[in-house]
Amino acid sequence: MPFDLLPPLLGGAVVTLALTFTSAGLALILALGAGLGRLSRWRAVRTVAAVYVEVFRGSSLLVQLFYFFFVLPLIGVRLPPFATGVLALSLNIGAYGSEIVRAAVQSVDPGQREAAIALNMPTGLALRRIILPQAFVAMLPPFGNLLVELLKSTSLVSLITLTELSFAGRQLVQQQGRVSEVYLLVLLLYLLMAYPLTRGMRLVERWMARRVGVGAGS
Amino acid sequence: MRFDLDYAAEITPLLLRATITTFEATIGGMALGLIVGLLIAIVRFAAPPPIARLAGIYVEFVRSTPLLIQLFFLFYVLPRYGVSTTPLVTGILALGLHYSSYTAEVYRAGIRGVPTGQWEAAIALNFSPSRTWTRIILPQAIPPIIPPLGNYLVAMFKDTPLLATITVSELLGTALSEAGRTYRYFEPLTIVGLIFLLLSYPSAILIKRLERRLATEHCSVAGRGARVQG
Repeated sequence: MPFDLLPPLLGGAVVTLALTFTSAGLALILALGAGLGRLSRWRAVRTVAAVYVEVFRGSSLLVQLFYFFFVLPLIGVRLPPFATGVLALSLNIGAYGSEIVRAAVQSVDPGQREAAIALNMPTGLALRRIILPQAFVAMLPPFGNLLVELLKSTSLVSLITLTELSFAGRQLVQQQGRVSEVYLLVLLLYLLMAYPLTRGMRLVERWMARRVGVGAGS
Repeated sequence: MRFDLDYAAEITPLLLRATITTFEATIGGMALGLIVGLLIAIVRFAAPPPIARLAGIYVEFVRSTPLLIQLFFLFYVLPRYGVSTTPLVTGILALGLHYSSYTAEVYRAGIRGVPTGQWEAAIALNFSPSRTWTRIILPQAIPPIIPPLGNYLVAMFKDTPLLATITVSELLGTALSEAGRTYRYFEPLTIVGLIFLLLSYPSAILIKRLERRLATEHCSVAGRGARVQG
């Protein structure tokens, strides 16, 4: 095994994980905001959410990334590559996530909402205590898939000069050649990060389903 | 900074021409992805267990690793083993192999959806395995999965800009080299984003409509079946 290649790659992998989790947090907030926004009773909110979602789902992530990287400085917004990457990734993944949120909220039994209305619960409280916890159980499996998609997508940020795993790999190739070894190792490291993410999400799914007391489908 | 319409008009024909390369990559990649995915799905069902498991590992591996690195791997490693092709072909190969891991899972769901009775009837009628697959199973497995396959087609279309990194002059690559020449990024990148949006948004709507139609058709077919049985 080419162990001498590992230290720089592991350093890159740490940045990849930081990028993944920071973007995941922001994307979750955006997904909840846009997903609930599309179900809002106000037309303006629905429109804004729909435009955001369709623009970011409809065009390519790499184009969005380059757009932020090249066009933001032109309007005087200078961000370091890490922040640019987080911005593009979370806006893109958040748009996909919002569709999951929307579908999950709509899948909650209408009787639950009606019961909340019958009990004279304010809308916000009903959303927080009744609708979202049940919807969240339905959101978790697709969120798990999206998290792996996000992890893979962070590799694109290497193209705007951030030294994460893919960039570290490219640097090693430039310094030492050894193309097949380096890229195989990079691929393996991504696999090693994706696997625990998938497993971890399964655990969270089961834990949430138990806590809320509903099966993932019901 | 303002959007220079004259400059935009000047580069639009160039970018529209580059869209053809983007289409070539998408269509080639999808054709490969559909064929390889189907083969993997059939292997996972019909091959002896060790080979089926190997196909499963392939799917997991390809799905869990980034397309960008797979692209670099093929681009830099293939020539070392004497396989020299154009960057576009390498790109199509990477797109097709990457998406084959997704389409394989879709096919699998479709094949699972075929009622067991259909397999049993094929055995009862002494059909050969190849005839069972081509005449009985696949014609029933594929129509319901056309919408998810369509979604992957759109997803692949949006992944084609990655090919710019291996020197393919598709939409993004052309826009970036044009921008690098004039130092004006705003107009080319905006147009590229708009072209993607204008093409993928209607396709997504079309697929959703198809999905709804298939769902109602499926119900009516099931209803008819029930009536025949009654």
